[in-house]
Amino acid sequence: MNTAVRYLFALRDWVDDRFPMTQLWNEHAAKYYAPKNFNFWYVFGVISMVVLAIQILTGIWLTMNYKPSADLAFASVEYIMRDVEWGWVIRYMHSTGSSAFFFAVYLHMYRGLIYGSYKKPRELIWIIGMVMYLVLMGEAFLGYLLPWGQMSFWGAQVIISLFGTIPVIGEGLALWIRGDYVVSDVTLNRFFSLHVIAFPLLLCALTGAHILALHHVGSNNPDGVEIKKNKDANGVPLDGIPFHPYYTVKDLVAVLIFAIGFAMVIFYAPGMGGYFLEAANFVPADPLKTPEHIAPLWYFTTYYAILRAIPHQLGGVIAMFLASALFFLLPWIDRSPVKSLRYRGWKYKTALAAFVISFLSLGWLGMQLATPLYTWIARFFTVVYFLFFILMPFYTSTDNDKSVPERVT
Amino acid sequence: MNDDGIDKSRRRFLTTTATVVGGVGAAATSVPFIASMTPSAKTKAIGAPVEVDLGDLQPGERKIEKWQGKPVWILRRTNETLEQLANPGPQIRDPQSEENQQPEYARNEYRSIKPEYLIVLGLCTHLGCSPSYVAEEDEHDLGPEWKGGFFCPCHGTLFDLAGRVYKNFPAPTNLVIPPHKYLSDTLVLIGDDSGVS
Repeated sequence: MNTAVRYLFALRDWVDDRFPMTQLWNEHAAKYYAPKNFNFWYVFGVISMVVLAIQILTGIWLTMNYKPSADLAFASVEYIMRDVEWGWVIRYMHSTGSSAFFFAVYLHMYRGLIYGSYKKPRELIWIIGMVMYLVLMGEAFLGYLLPWGQMSFWGAQVIISLFGTIPVIGEGLALWIRGDYVVSDVTLNRFFSLHVIAFPLLLCALTGAHILALHHVGSNNPDGVEIKKNKDANGVPLDGIPFHPYYTVKDLVAVLIFAIGFAMVIFYAPGMGGYFLEAANFVPADPLKTPEHIAPLWYFTTYYAILRAIPHQLGGVIAMFLASALFFLLPWIDRSPVKSLRYRGWKYKTALAAFVISFLSLGWLGMQLATPLYTWIARFFTVVYFLFFILMPFYTSTDNDKSVPERVT
Repeated sequence: MNDDGIDKSRRRFLTTTATVVGGVGAAATSVPFIASMTPSAKTKAIGAPVEVDLGDLQPGERKIEKWQGKPVWILRRTNETLEQLANPGPQIRDPQSEENQQPEYARNEYRSIKPEYLIVLGLCTHLGCSPSYVAEEDEHDLGPEWKGGFFCPCHGTLFDLAGRVYKNFPAPTNLVIPPHKYLSDTLVLIGDDSGVS
């Protein structure tokens, strides 16, 4: 062994005597045994983490030139786009990153739905993940105010007003969130603080908890079989392979493919025809005039369509919050003994298909003007959306599930 | 109370007192953090009343002014409009302005001091968007019965030319009439009605 390598080993041992470096590496990578049958659905967790890193990195750089004041914010974003060296690329990375984040998170959650990843013993992983999803929605909402365009302003006005509809405390709560009687400089300044400090810290902490909980119980897999039930003499799961190098290499390839797609969006379609950056947001905020057509960005439109579908103020707000929060209950309302869609009966498959169609249709409807016909279609899909959850205990407990094999296939 | 040489009662006492005293301290400390997010003294001070001259407003025309950062609309209504407002159809949710959305002096079918002028806060009572003014003769798809009014682009609520909400839309109440008073025939003060009510 040459001297340089020997010194490196000595350095490792020196650190290991003082910090559990090798131990952590083994617990979470080299000797963390993951099921051998992961498919492509299992890359979106890692991709979400990569996007989080992109958002933090680009966010730090944007903060170097952005000014969180009602008078200067809009112009400072234009300054970043036109005058700051490479500012446009950093800003487009950040704005595309928010859409990429939701893209990855929605697919990550859908993976949980098809393979029953939320089921015992992974309820807490699911709950932590759901909290992260809500925090992420908050983070996206806070960040959307910062460019101080028309959509920023009126979007914030509408969302904060949602809190104002809560009986008794609502008015005071909305005032407390805004710190002013209308969305103003005060609101912008505090949203900036929450967007760059509070929520990212929370997201990072929750990401740590999410992974710790996952590595404690072990990963689920497309067969929904617990690999820890079949171990060899050394206590290594028979169907497990070490995360490193097997999945680190697989994830590396997935991240690369993702990065290529991400770069293509940044360079060729940063606004994605209005889906990632809305046209009305290139007009500075005007507190006296709401844009003709206001809609949130694509990742919120499903809930927005539900809000609009219900012809009652408080009822609409409650339905919207329930629609995003009902996922919390999945580990308990899903009564099937089977985890994976591969061994589920026709009832769950049908229900899931109906749910996915409703989710996507509502997402599309939320981007359209609310004509009477669209409103009725949205009402129909809202009913289907909620029935998926309400009827779940019944159709999952009586489904004609197939028998699950002992080992992964 | 000695148990294997450990005095558990002293430990319990310390734990309890430290938790209670520390808890009270932590709760008290949360006050400045929470209160710090309420409107500051400077924020409260802004929002003085604004004077508006109505002299140049033609019948059917609308003017937008800013008071407390919010849009205030001043609409000069025609005689036909006033006639039609006095006979609202059954689609108006609160034709008599029974809900407390206006000062006493504007609790009438026109929701104004002078029937001719509507002075109203231009924010939808649903979620705070600013509705668009759609006159009867404007291009619109609100049906042949449309006599003019306001349409909220956010969630589709309709209001008539007295700011009264139509039934079966998400907004629960009529638009808010701000406190105001006339200083002369054509000069109005928005945000202050002292000496009137």
